[in-house]
Amino acid sequence: MFEIIDARWLAADVKRFEILAPRIAVKQQPGQFVIVRVHDHGERIPLTIAGSDPTSGTITLVVQGIGKTTRLLNSLEAGQAVLDVVGPLGNPSEIRKFGTVVVIGGGVGTAIAWPTARALHEAGNRVLSILGARTRSLIILEDELRAVSDTLFVTTDDGSYGQQGFVTTKLQELIDTEERLDHVLAIGPIPMMRSVADVTRPHGIPTTVSLNSIMVDGTGMCGGCRVLVGNQARFACVDGPEFDASEVDFDVLAQRNAMYRSAEQDALKRFEQSPARDLDRVEHACQLAARHPEVNP
Amino acid sequence: MTNSLPPKDRVKIPRQEMPTEPPEVRQHDFHEVNLGLTTIQAHAEAARCLECRNPQCVSGCPVGVKIKEFVALVHDGDYLGAAAKIREDNVLPAVTGRVCPQEDQCEGACILGTRFSALGIGYLERFVADYERTSGKIGLPKRAPSTGQRVAIIGSGPAGLSAAGDLVTKGHDVVVFEALHEPGGVLIYGIPEFRLPKEIVRQEIDNLRAMGISFETNVVIGKTYTIDELLGEEGFDAVFIATGAGLPKFLGVPGEHLAGVYSANEFLTRVNLMHANQFPDYDEPVYDCRERVVAVVGAGNTAMDAVRTARRLGASKAMLLYRRSEAEMPARQEEIHHAREEGIEFVTLTAPLEFLGDEKGRLRAARCQRMELGEPDASGRRSPRPIPDSEYEIELDMAIIALGTGANPLVQRATPNLATNERGYIVADAETLETSRPGVFAGGDIVTGGATVILAMGAGRQAAGAIDAYLKSHPPRQDSPAS
Ligand SMILES: Cc1cc2nc3c(=O)[nH]c(=O)nc-3n(C[C@H](O)[C@H](O)[C@H](O)COP(=O)(O)OP(=O)(O)OC[C@H]3O[C@@H](n4cnc5c(N)ncnc54)[C@H](O)[C@@H]3O)c2cc1C
Ligand code: FES
Repeated sequence: MFEIIDARWLAADVKRFEILAPRIAVKQQPGQFVIVRVHDHGERIPLTIAGSDPTSGTITLVVQGIGKTTRLLNSLEAGQAVLDVVGPLGNPSEIRKFGTVVVIGGGVGTAIAWPTARALHEAGNRVLSILGARTRSLIILEDELRAVSDTLFVTTDDGSYGQQGFVTTKLQELIDTEERLDHVLAIGPIPMMRSVADVTRPHGIPTTVSLNSIMVDGTGMCGGCRVLVGNQARFACVDGPEFDASEVDFDVLAQRNAMYRSAEQDALKRFEQSPARDLDRVEHACQLAARHPEVNP
Repeated sequence: MTNSLPPKDRVKIPRQEMPTEPPEVRQHDFHEVNLGLTTIQAHAEAARCLECRNPQCVSGCPVGVKIKEFVALVHDGDYLGAAAKIREDNVLPAVTGRVCPQEDQCEGACILGTRFSALGIGYLERFVADYERTSGKIGLPKRAPSTGQRVAIIGSGPAGLSAAGDLVTKGHDVVVFEALHEPGGVLIYGIPEFRLPKEIVRQEIDNLRAMGISFETNVVIGKTYTIDELLGEEGFDAVFIATGAGLPKFLGVPGEHLAGVYSANEFLTRVNLMHANQFPDYDEPVYDCRERVVAVVGAGNTAMDAVRTARRLGASKAMLLYRRSEAEMPARQEEIHHAREEGIEFVTLTAPLEFLGDEKGRLRAARCQRMELGEPDASGRRSPRPIPDSEYEIELDMAIIALGTGANPLVQRATPNLATNERGYIVADAETLETSRPGVFAGGDIVTGGATVILAMGAGRQAAGAIDAYLKSHPPRQDSPAS
């Protein structure tokens, strides 16, 4: 049982959680993820760890409510608990001194890019960050990312904030104007990561993406998370989640991620019609002590 | 009341038939197929035992269960006594009574089998284990006084569970770490409900909890903790690695990434551990098999489990694709028999060369090649070879690859100086199961490669003995929290 210590909205549908998970908090490195199961009828979903505080024993998760499980999670508040959190899983991001690094966060991907950006900055890189969203209200963690960047650029599709355009518009500008870019990290929706790869490939700029494939165990046991990288099947959970963008087959990733679309829509509709059935299954941290005295002596 | 029938009459009693749920009914639900012998049947079956002076069945059992003795106790009607007799050598009788390949082990060695049919040892084992379980009078072994020494067990499959049971009985503190949210290993996530009801596994695990073992789920060793941390700041005196062989093998043919192609591990985990068969009451989905054509590649226990599961999920056609012929199928005979009764099609001497998809990346067909059998290979099975120009397509909505598993490298990668063989399995001493790291032992599938429940349990017991001896010669640590 993992207690939610704090829960705050960052944008419509995007919520930031601090969850008590001391073992993971001391171990977590940028780029790693956890697998979460909200209640005993829940599915297992991967969520990248956006940061941690080893002193308070908490990890930070930023959740965008898209499907049933993420919407359910986002309806939880401090004092409630998620049943299972396992991790930290996956390989940490490669952190070393590259030189000039562009960190691109699209939508909730910003939350995942943020700890890596910080680590890259601390490792002495010049960090240029590009934060992209459809519209101003969906921009998250702007101040946090600015604090760990040498320069931060914001783009919105509709021009309501920052520069109008896509992150790749800005990236192309940087490629044209900067003397050299040594590394690009792009985390966000699949079409965004694919476009970034298309922009950097002709210039041979090493580019890393973090792949959000569907997972079950997260330990290499099921192979459900497999992606094609350089035409080879790789397990995102243990071989990744970060891969060389120029080699990733984004079509296969998108197709595999669409595998359960109709079931997902069905589940979401049922949840929206009667959320109580799921909310009743969620444990409350204070009920916990009463029901399981052995957990909190 | 000993058996007074003369042997010539004993052999005339027919082998009792296991009552089963009818195939027409069971192929639509997940209820257990075998219903268990009745008391009258169990008595009749026990009466068949010839009580050999030198019982071959016992040598056929990988853990040496005292079969003759327990069968005699069944004949006497002392079912709890019989269960206790089995438990001396086997901590999970309700499980092995259901899943052991008896025909290759005890029953394969039974002398009755040469002229009549072998004694139904598995049926009897299951009978007494179920009797004991439902009686609520499980004779849990007593715990020796605490030694203050702590053992970490990695993985909660049969190897981990049996080692844990033995070690706690010897007075050690035992913590079992499990990566998944529920303990049991393959017994929980792999073998389906219709063959091994999960209630039985849960009850066995509750028994182990009652004996004082603590289970920590959601802990991945190699990630959450390393073995060095377990032996260091976490204060354990010894470690037993029982992580199984959980890395699914794929064919390595084109198109295996298509939506609709699964590993058996994934398919079975979604259904067994995650209850995808009860979607949407449970949230985890699985490809909708209803009115679809499903092919499982392989012919072992895992393949049988997967294809029979697909049938139960509503597949209009559920088939096995196998490179060799039926005679070479490695699955238990009972599984093959049940599968056939449930209308599973056996497409033998066929190997997939490629999976073909539609424009949305979903599986639509497999391109296959026909095979013929050549000379026996090293394993003694006749090896298949392709027939030239025999390629053809089979239309499919779903394919499940059940070709066995390899060694999952998570623990090995995070543990310096832990010796592994060329296939990535952990190298352990044949006698003590100690690895190249002092105080670190390993057993079960992670040492042998995918094998059987009973062999994994045997390894757990062997390791427990060796760990106990190791702990005796390494007195409790001064800094141990338990001391
Ligand atoms: C579908 C299927 C059907 C089978 N049918 C039969 C049958 O009918 N009869 C039979 O005798 N055998 C059968 N087998 C084989 C049998 O199940 C295995 O040989 C046996 O379970 C091996 O036991 P084990 O304890 O070594 O490992 P497992 O049962 O594999 O358990 C290993 C456990 O360790 C956990 N783990 C792995 N890595 C870590 C880590 N780093 N940290 C923490 N935990 C970890 C895993 O999650 C798992 O729970 C079948 C196997 C499968 C897959
Ligand atoms: S999630 Fe199962 S292998 Fe990656």
